[in-house]
Amino acid sequence: MKILVCISNVPDTTTKITFTGDNTQFNTAGVQYIVNPYDEIALSRAIELCEGGKGTVTVINVGESQTEPTIRKALAIGADEAVRINAAPRDAYFTAYQIAEYAKTADFDMILCGRESIDYNGAQVAAMIGEFLGIPSISIIKKLEYDGSTATLEREIEGGKEVISVSGKFVASCSEGTAEPKIPNMRGIMSARTKPLSVADAKEIEQLSSILHFETPPPRGTVKLVPAEETAKLVDLLHNEAKVI
Amino acid sequence: MSVLVYVEQVEGKFKKSVFEAVSYAKAVADQQNTNLTAISIGNVAESELKTLGQYGASRVLNVGSEQLQQFVNQAYASVIAEAAQKEGAAIVVLSNSFSGKGLAPRIAVKLRAGLADGVTSLPKTDNGFTVTRTAFSGKAFATVSLTSAVKVISLSPNAFGVKESPADAIIENFTPDVKESDFSAVVKDIVRATDKVSLPDAEIVVSGGRGLKGPENWGMIEELAALLGAATACSKPVSDADWRPHSEHVGQTGIAISPNLYIAIGISGAIQHLAGVSSSKVIVVINKDPEAPFFKVADYGIVGDAFEVVPKLIEAVKAHKA
Ligand SMILES: Cc1cc2nc3c(=O)[nH]c(=O)nc-3n(C[C@H](O)[C@H](O)[C@H](O)COP(=O)(O)OP(=O)(O)OC[C@H]3O[C@@H](n4cnc5c(N)ncnc54)[C@H](O)[C@@H]3O)c2cc1C
Repeated sequence: MKILVCISNVPDTTTKITFTGDNTQFNTAGVQYIVNPYDEIALSRAIELCEGGKGTVTVINVGESQTEPTIRKALAIGADEAVRINAAPRDAYFTAYQIAEYAKTADFDMILCGRESIDYNGAQVAAMIGEFLGIPSISIIKKLEYDGSTATLEREIEGGKEVISVSGKFVASCSEGTAEPKIPNMRGIMSARTKPLSVADAKEIEQLSSILHFETPPPRGTVKLVPAEETAKLVDLLHNEAKVI
Repeated sequence: MSVLVYVEQVEGKFKKSVFEAVSYAKAVADQQNTNLTAISIGNVAESELKTLGQYGASRVLNVGSEQLQQFVNQAYASVIAEAAQKEGAAIVVLSNSFSGKGLAPRIAVKLRAGLADGVTSLPKTDNGFTVTRTAFSGKAFATVSLTSAVKVISLSPNAFGVKESPADAIIENFTPDVKESDFSAVVKDIVRATDKVSLPDAEIVVSGGRGLKGPENWGMIEELAALLGAATACSKPVSDADWRPHSEHVGQTGIAISPNLYIAIGISGAIQHLAGVSSSKVIVVINKDPEAPFFKVADYGIVGDAFEVVPKLIEAVKAHKA
């Protein structure tokens, strides 16, 4: 079994988000980068499925050389090898195309992504890869079982879940529940240094979207405190002032 | 040139998020001086399809084919893209629901269309074609320019609201070319708790954190939610400890929500939690610690013990409703 896991390099969750260049660029100064938390879940599930010599896990990242520490982290968690497509990811379409093109060169049984990246929150890459490859994509799964030929997945839907069965290749985007994120151990960290990390060139594709600028949400006013015994007053404020109930 | 909106049915019915997507798509169609066509897939009664007219759809393409009764991501994406091509749609609108998230990217690739998802505003056309969407898990907004001929927009729930714009919707049957290869993922089972308000598109959300001490104390959260017609949610440690299901976890690594009212009870307001809820229109915080960071982003707050405040709040809501 061969599994490809897509890894995106994102700012640490505690990052204070600011912008430079007249709000056109994310301010990377002092930002710590991590493996996107959802990708970590996808990777952890892939490793579990391959445990005991049942298969190999390849991680792929579309990024410039500064993403390599994040890729090494994925190797430390337990991926067997890594590929970096050497390009700044322009948008999801570009990223998905690069991954799909790479996937065509190797025979992967499944491709796993995180449900979305916590920076641009596109949640687009997995389904786009599926479309580029002409294979099913199941978005926002919370469970994945594989018996060597058929996968059974649970997908989140409003107010419930859908159970889906796929025979043959597929792409899925993983959310919580799919696996407990694995934490790298000392042996993993040591071996990550020597695991293969290859670099490939990006392929050209038309650009369909671009981010022009960013804004941070307007600050909220100061909180209106209501004494604990006056819950009726809170209800009144929510009804008459905020008009939300 | 027209605008096409995909209207997702659940057991033959449309939900508020669909009417919102139609309202939004109608406003987009008005901007573009064109008409709005809706496409519905699966078994929906004509009377239900007609309701789409209320929000501005002047035509509804009804795909009733037996094979497409159940949602299959790949096949539905093909049908919507085919309809968009046949209609000559320049803009395709979907709601950013769980299914919408799986469909929009595939449709975009099929149509070589730029995709903006989690969109929170009407397009601006003075400088090309731009929309605003959330980024960095609600910590920022991004203005995205779509430069392709065809564009796909996936609308964030509660961002636009439902707006009436009555038109008489003409219902037409649409028979797509379905490909067998689009059906290799098979839905085996659907489990849906129909008695609960679904979290991603809820207008009011009542959320509990570790301050509630244990799963046995969620009765009052559920009671308050039921009274308000709200969905229930929780912080990450709460779902990690299995006090509540993962599907209720909101925040940076959970669901990002933008209800009209978010009531946070016994939640400290960590940056990762705030990321997913800060685009709520009104935030109420109930916490016994006056220094809890959540108060800094709240509109209304009560400093007090949840176990005393929430039962009193339930009484007050009951009195208000009476
Ligand atoms: C990578 C990463 C991702 C994360 N993603 C998320 C995420 O998506 N969502 C999320 O929620 N968290 C997330 N977290 C966790 C986050 O950092 C916080 O740990 C978490 O939000 C805290 O949950 P809490 O507020 O319920 O618990 P606590 O921080 O323990 O707060 C409990 C609060 O309850 C109050 N309290 C206690 N007793 C009472 C009482 N009787 N009455 C009233 N108030 C009371 C306390 O004053 C306190 O403010 C993430 C963390 C990391 C590192």
